[in-house]
Amino acid sequence: MSADKPAISPVGTENQVVFSARGLTKIYQMGEVQVHALRGVDLDLYAGELVVMLGPSGSGKSTLLNILGGLDTASAGQVRYRDQDLTTASDRALTEYRRYHVGFVFQFYNLIASLTALENVAVVTEIADQPMRAADALALVGLSERENHFPAQLSGGEQQRVAIARAIAKNPEVLLCDEPTGALDSATGILVLEALERVNRELGTTTAIITHNAGIAAMADRVFQLADGRITRVRVNAEKLAPNTLSW
Amino acid sequence: MRALTKKLWRELWQMRGQALAIALVILSGVAIFVMSLSTLDSLYLTRQSYYQEYRFAELFAELKRAPNGLQARIRDLPGVDQVETRVVALVKLDLPGFADPVTGKLVSLPDRGEPLQNRLYLRHGRLVAPGRNNEVVVNEAFANLHGLAPGDSLAAIINGKRQTLTIVGIALSPEYIYQLAPGATVPDFKRFAILWMARTPLESAYDMQGAFNDVLLRLAHGADRETVITRLDRLLERYGGRGAYARKDQVSHHFLNEELRQLRTLATAFPVIFFSVAAFLLNIVISRIIALQREEIASLKAFGYSNLAIGLHYIQLVLVIVAFGVAGGLLCGVWLGQGLSEIYIGFYRFPYLQYVLQPGVMLSAALISVVVAVLGTLYAIRRAALMPPAQAMRPEPPAVYRAALVERLGLQRWLSQPTRMITRNIERRPLKSALSMLGIAAACGVMMVGNFQGDAIDYMVDVQFNRSQREDIALSFTEPTSKRALYSLRTLPGVEYVEGARTVPVRIRFENRSYRTVIYGSEPDSQLSRVLDSELRPVVLPDEGVVINDHLGRTLGVRPGDQIILEVLEGSRPIKPVVVAAIAKQYLGMGAYMQRRALNRLMQEGDVISGAYLAVDSDYQDRIYAELRDMPRVVGTRVRSIAVKNFYAILAETILFFTFITTVLGATIAFGVVYNTARIALAERGHELASLRVLGFSRGEIAYILLGELALLTLVAIPLGFLVGRGLCAYLVARLQTDLYRVPLVLEPDTYAFAALVVLLSATVSGVMIWRQLGRLDLLAVLKTRE
Ligand SMILES: Nc1ncnc2c1ncn2[C@@H]1O[C@H](COP(=O)(O)OP(=O)(O)OP(=O)(O)O)[C@@H](O)[C@H]1O
Ligand SMILES: [Mg+2]
Repeated sequence: MSADKPAISPVGTENQVVFSARGLTKIYQMGEVQVHALRGVDLDLYAGELVVMLGPSGSGKSTLLNILGGLDTASAGQVRYRDQDLTTASDRALTEYRRYHVGFVFQFYNLIASLTALENVAVVTEIADQPMRAADALALVGLSERENHFPAQLSGGEQQRVAIARAIAKNPEVLLCDEPTGALDSATGILVLEALERVNRELGTTTAIITHNAGIAAMADRVFQLADGRITRVRVNAEKLAPNTLSW
Repeated sequence: MRALTKKLWRELWQMRGQALAIALVILSGVAIFVMSLSTLDSLYLTRQSYYQEYRFAELFAELKRAPNGLQARIRDLPGVDQVETRVVALVKLDLPGFADPVTGKLVSLPDRGEPLQNRLYLRHGRLVAPGRNNEVVVNEAFANLHGLAPGDSLAAIINGKRQTLTIVGIALSPEYIYQLAPGATVPDFKRFAILWMARTPLESAYDMQGAFNDVLLRLAHGADRETVITRLDRLLERYGGRGAYARKDQVSHHFLNEELRQLRTLATAFPVIFFSVAAFLLNIVISRIIALQREEIASLKAFGYSNLAIGLHYIQLVLVIVAFGVAGGLLCGVWLGQGLSEIYIGFYRFPYLQYVLQPGVMLSAALISVVVAVLGTLYAIRRAALMPPAQAMRPEPPAVYRAALVERLGLQRWLSQPTRMITRNIERRPLKSALSMLGIAAACGVMMVGNFQGDAIDYMVDVQFNRSQREDIALSFTEPTSKRALYSLRTLPGVEYVEGARTVPVRIRFENRSYRTVIYGSEPDSQLSRVLDSELRPVVLPDEGVVINDHLGRTLGVRPGDQIILEVLEGSRPIKPVVVAAIAKQYLGMGAYMQRRALNRLMQEGDVISGAYLAVDSDYQDRIYAELRDMPRVVGTRVRSIAVKNFYAILAETILFFTFITTVLGATIAFGVVYNTARIALAERGHELASLRVLGFSRGEIAYILLGELALLTLVAIPLGFLVGRGLCAYLVARLQTDLYRVPLVLEPDTYAFAALVVLLSATVSGVMIWRQLGRLDLLAVLKTRE
């Protein structure tokens, strides 16, 4: 169940390790009770690959993703992003890390209600190192027409695409998506997944997607199965399917 | 524009109602602060330049009579730069068509040219001309109140002889900014006049040829005031000197100081209230925004915004609101300040106004607002900045509710579901509920401050003039006289009762403190002049020892049983230790009291009086005034009913202006707090309420849940506000004490009722506004978003 040495190398990568986690443990203290969200996770993610994480509710997917993205810190174990040890990084270093390297997409979009689609993207490009133009990022997700609309004027799928544009606009090296289609119907979900797939393919962004829909796993290079705070299975897809062929 | 900046302005626009309410409260605080402090600065500056330009003397001395030759010896005293001698005398005036007794103070001017010190600012006309014996210059306040102008004349009874004086000028003097007739507790501009007259005719009218009875000094640079006073006193002792004194004991200067001190208290106390309320409002509003934007904040952090950047973003939001408040407040403050300064300048009759707005005042107003606002919101902002992003991303856990206390007490079967929602919601967030209540209570309290003085002043007047100084007329003689003088008073028609009194000017010393005042000697069983204890029971004056007024006691730090030194400033000027037998409660003045016979013994004199208290039949009033006017020995006449009127007028000019402003601004606070509390409650619970609407609840039913909570908080807050108000009033009462008067803490039911009414009214208005917003509640929109 260890992902230390994957049985088969992911296709289309130079086998460059982007993330590497060892013995990752996360314990939440809830008053008297300890919640073991992660119980020793080992994993490696390679440059340019697209992985999907599956698992029942409460299995620790979000926790893992948050630690990879520098939003949370592990209780024990180690996680590295390239040469950088995220486990021991200071809050300041994690902020920098997120600012320059990571793009996030959340289940509930988390757009800023008082800003238009374009401005929501600009919030990120303004502080990034070498961002693309905010309008280009929106074009990439097919929303050029809606630049000046506020979140409240967009459908859920459109909001999620704005969120993706926002996440990719800084040209991040990794894109972390926590249930990006969770709040969407399947047709809209496919539009969102297409946007993610396109970014992964065209920009080579290492992408991790959490989902509850096993069907989505077919578009991944590799699929991680989580249960009870552990990675129980890693599957390599010999052939990736295009999102528009998926259904759930 | 940066995206975050746009976010800031858009959100500000969305919350413009609330932002405006907060900005208004800040505006009020800044405006009062700037208004009062700039007025204060302007008054100080104007007074200073007035003093300088018109050469207000630095040392003053009155005496019985000294030959002009002494002037040279005074000049030769070390530390004296300039000496001016004058003749000053009291005179009774007779104005046609004005029956009340009018006293004048005749002050000599050099026969030629201007005086060296205490110069006159001529408003109209000219100074007296040499050789014209009956010319006078009259002070402006008196002239205006009687419609006197140069060319008019008035009759004076000088040494028993009626003499006609012609007014040639109307003037102001730095010496008489505040005019208090000798023996009076309240200024009376209509019945006390200052008349400046040439020296020679004044000398001859009062048998003072070649002599003087009043000295003004300017000190040499670096001279020690106390040493000069001691030397001057020694020199004047043989000539009936009454003790030299510096500006701080000069009546006009002293009372002006007291009033300015009072103004400073008001200038600081009120802004404190406003700034606290503003901080409170900002706190609830910003906390709410931050709670709403939990996830936005988390995603900003996920994208790499630092804690600092996020903290600053919300601080900016606060600062923009503050900036609007401060800018508006400065403008209003300057405008009001100029107005208030004008009022005071007119009231004190300064010749001109030098309005100053010190940059420091504006700066501190801005700084205080910013600091208070940021402090008020810092906790919420800090929490936002430090929120762990991963946690914030998870939806906020459902609030923890439990059965409310009333339900646990077993009352639940009396409570409907909506009522349970109200009680549980209040109990769930006790701190927030408590803060809202406190805010409303503060508003209620401020309203009481604005109003209590009316009650207090009535009470003061009742105690002072109905229970303590009960005489209808108090009069003083030119010289101490035998008690027999009372017989002629008793025979006047309309006089019902007469009592003799002995009044002696003294300096009281205790430890290193001293105070110049007057000892009133009255009969032990006096019916007219009674001294009251703190329970307002008449105090029987002891055979020995002195009873002093509570404020004087506090000023000197004296308690019953202490021994004080009395330096008599009249006659043979004995200096004697005396025991303080008791402390008397008095709201006016700084008097001390003794048995008349004990005072006579202290003065080493016989059975002597210097004045009398009269009870008269009011039908005979005018006749008695006229009779008194014609008695050569009677000089000062004080009428109780007039004193009461003057007292109200004085307070109306100063304190009541503030009262008015407080009332208006207190209502602003009440509305600001209640409306904001309601608005926030609506924002927080809109989702829940819309859900209930979807379930079939009517608008009235959901309004009950929301407004019921507000009503409950308001109703509990009102009694709390009464306590707050009492506390505030007590604080102000303690700080507003002056030597002239002390406002007691008296709160009548109508004050409570008025405060409660204003709070209820603002709650109702807020409720109506919320009701209308409930009607616009967009059910679908609310349900579409996740909360
Ligand atoms: N802040 C927290 N405090 C306490 N427990 C937490 C916290 N965050 C997560 N947990 C617990 O850790 C475990 C893993 O949570 P996590 O959010 O990673 O699950 P998940 O796999 O993402 O589930 P889901 O599919 O429902 O999103 C759960 O049992 C959860 O209750
Ligand atoms: Mg999750």
